[in-house]
Amino acid sequence: MHLSVSGVSKTFGSGSKAKHVLEDINLELDSGEFVALVGSSGSGKSTVMRLVAGLELPSSGTITVDGQPVKGPGSDRGMVFQKYSLYPWLSAAENVAFGMQLQGRPKREVNERTAYFLEVVGLSDAGRRLPRELSGGMQQRVAIARALAADPKVLLLDEPFGALDLQIRETMQEFLYQLWERTGLTALLITHDVEEALLLAQRVHIMAPRPGRIVRTVEGKLDRRDLSFLRLSAPFLELREELANYLRVLDSTMG
Amino acid sequence: MIGILAVLLAWQLVAASGLVDKLFLPSPEGVWRAGSEQYARGILIKDLLASVGRVGAGFALSAAVSLPIGIAMGCSRVICQLLEPLMGLIRYMPAPAFIPLLIIYFGLGEEPKVLLIFIGTVFFNTLMIMDSVKFVPSELRETALTLGGQGFQIVTKVVAPFIAPQVIDTYRINMASAWNLVIVAELVAANEGLGKRISLAQRFLKTDEIFLGLIVIGLIGLAIDLSFRLLMRRACPWAN
Repeated sequence: MHLSVSGVSKTFGSGSKAKHVLEDINLELDSGEFVALVGSSGSGKSTVMRLVAGLELPSSGTITVDGQPVKGPGSDRGMVFQKYSLYPWLSAAENVAFGMQLQGRPKREVNERTAYFLEVVGLSDAGRRLPRELSGGMQQRVAIARALAADPKVLLLDEPFGALDLQIRETMQEFLYQLWERTGLTALLITHDVEEALLLAQRVHIMAPRPGRIVRTVEGKLDRRDLSFLRLSAPFLELREELANYLRVLDSTMG
Repeated sequence: MIGILAVLLAWQLVAASGLVDKLFLPSPEGVWRAGSEQYARGILIKDLLASVGRVGAGFALSAAVSLPIGIAMGCSRVICQLLEPLMGLIRYMPAPAFIPLLIIYFGLGEEPKVLLIFIGTVFFNTLMIMDSVKFVPSELRETALTLGGQGFQIVTKVVAPFIAPQVIDTYRINMASAWNLVIVAELVAANEGLGKRISLAQRFLKTDEIFLGLIVIGLIGLAIDLSFRLLMRRACPWAN
């Protein structure tokens, strides 16, 4: 799988109301890679995600998956939203099965894969519960299982833990990292949290606002065997601090 | 419950005291007698079935028409812009004002009564269903799209289940107007029905029968309301 975003710009509206949101975005993603886009609000990072998902179309430039231009949403690019994306009338298991049913997969396969992916996210016992009976962290794990069960080539994560408490966030970050190691998924993560990006992604693109553009790319060569240890290690903290400062400066000069 | 009992008791006391002319205020006992008599003669059940049948037919038609149109208007801006101004206008024409026209078109049979209920509720049903579609979170539609959902699947698998509780509630609320309208229609022209019975009772100054009619109408309205609430609890346990 190869995802390529090249020379993409996006303008919403036209005439005097036109809003230039993205300017010349370029990024590449290969199978098994975990890439993050970091920026403050207004940097257009979510728009990049929506363009890749096919929920919006670029004003100029191209987005391709394996050479095929993206013309709209499709199951090859699964998406996990920040919140409110589970179907409240379906149980956790039915939510996981939802995408596979839309695709018209055979019932037996749907059941097997549902059980498998509930187990992958550690929620085998919660399959019958309704979303409102699950904690925020559990809900996001169901959303991730649902996206994975539909067998996407790339998983798009739009601030997936942005609405969670700090404590649960850290647990979820470790969960996501282990999931990535275990299943070899390909992921594009959007976040405003430098630590989250550095912790999880091998490559971090930093975005500046108005118009949104990538201003710096960091290849994070870090020892990720123990994430809770890494979080507190000197080189990690140093890099995190530097990037956080960089973002702050960007924001104050651009704002 | 206590409130109702208190009113009943007060009614009984005032009626028994003889302060008010029996012509204006029959006793609860008298109303009960009128009811048993009408029941024994089979009139009560016949009237009840006639009125309920009209409401059922007119409202079922209205519900069936408003659901697809309301969803279509909620999902498509073009359809909404096409129909909303027209509906917004007709909605403010009081349904009973259509009665003369309906009688000219359809005579004095069942059709004008059923159609009156239809006209009186279909626009409210449609516009309320349209509104409920607008509250479907975009994340829910977009998630379905990124899971491989295609156009019409979004309507049947996302929009329809999401708005189900609001649709049931819409029907429950507008059922009250349907029930109003059937009585109005029967006051104007009918051979049987609870409204007709009231207007006959007025002609013969039988206030006990008027009271009976009012109470029966109220009880049925209450029963309909409760059944919609029950339906909601059964069909959409996730929405409570």
